Amino acid sequence: MSVLEVARDVLAVALLLAGTFLCLTAGLGLLRFPDVLARMHAGTKPQVLGVLLVMVGAAIRLQGWSATWMLLLVAVFQMLTAPVSAHMVSRVAYRRRHVRRDRLLVDELRTGGGGAGDRVYKGDEPADAPPEEPATALAESREEDGRAENGRAEDGVR
Amino acid sequence: MSAESAAPAAHRLRHQLPLLVWLVLVWNLLWGTWSWANLLSGVAIALGVTLLLPLPPVTGGSRLRPLPTLSFLGWFVLDLIGSGALVAWQTVRPSGIDRSAVITVQLRTDSDLLLTIVAESLSLVPGSMVIDMDRERRTISLHVLHVRDSGDVERQRASVLKQEERVVRAFGSPEEVAALAPARSTGRVAT
Repeated sequence: MSVLEVARDVLAVALLLAGTFLCLTAGLGLLRFPDVLARMHAGTKPQVLGVLLVMVGAAIRLQGWSATWMLLLVAVFQMLTAPVSAHMVSRVAYRRRHVRRDRLLVDELRTGGGGAGDRVYKGDEPADAPPEEPATALAESREEDGRAENGRAEDGVR
Repeated sequence: MSAESAAPAAHRLRHQLPLLVWLVLVWNLLWGTWSWANLLSGVAIALGVTLLLPLPPVTGGSRLRPLPTLSFLGWFVLDLIGSGALVAWQTVRPSGIDRSAVITVQLRTDSDLLLTIVAESLSLVPGSMVIDMDRERRTISLHVLHVRDSGDVERQRASVLKQEERVVRAFGSPEEVAALAPARSTGRVAT
């Protein structure tokens, strides 16, 4: 076994280990992060990078081009599909309000775009189920909107 | 043989040529070996798929500038490594993550294909994830991880605009590149 082969193996093993470690942190992030939106970050970035590193490591270690092409395809489709699924999940999560608002510094999607105000009864959220108790939901929504506008809660009560 | 007689079909075929090439390439990569049989069967299957399951044609963005594309890909790989390592560190460190934010950024491009590339790459790289997109007003809403103050928010906004600029310089038409220049915008949505 020549020095070159040893170096190649060491590189491949290092890449494989780094990749699996990144995938592990993706799993950890799913447990440790507070809400769906943050968890989707963990599910996309370290995980995609981890899969890419594993693919590169395997491509170095494996002999023959046919396996390499397959690994390339896996990497490409991973990068194409992971953002799309993460986007769909987080979009639904946002619209169904599975969001920890206390962990948000700003929410421009709510306070910005198209007239700040309560969004309980807006008809543009097909995924938003009508609240079970409209009166309390409206009061809570106004309270949150008021807090988002730097404590101008009095305006919201009116 | 009678392909020339059906002008609309030929027109559509030319529009879908990149898709056909891509499908043939995937077919050959899946087989793992190159042979004429694979190539021909790949062409047949690609034609079958595009005829049976037609998609709306993708217009615009058919050009590709070599140098800006290389720059886009290079930054993309660097950002991918950077953001992957950063999020990995945020998951393992004891203090966990700080607060996050939902920001809305005003984009400048107006092409479906470019906006798709921008949104895809934004979800992968600068610590952000696309939540929603308003196609009419060209605004994109992102969830960004780990912001401490409004300075962080503005930095994220700037990096989103930078990413958009790289994509447009790599794949956009001259008009779209020109549309970048005058808009020294901050990316804030006009309310």
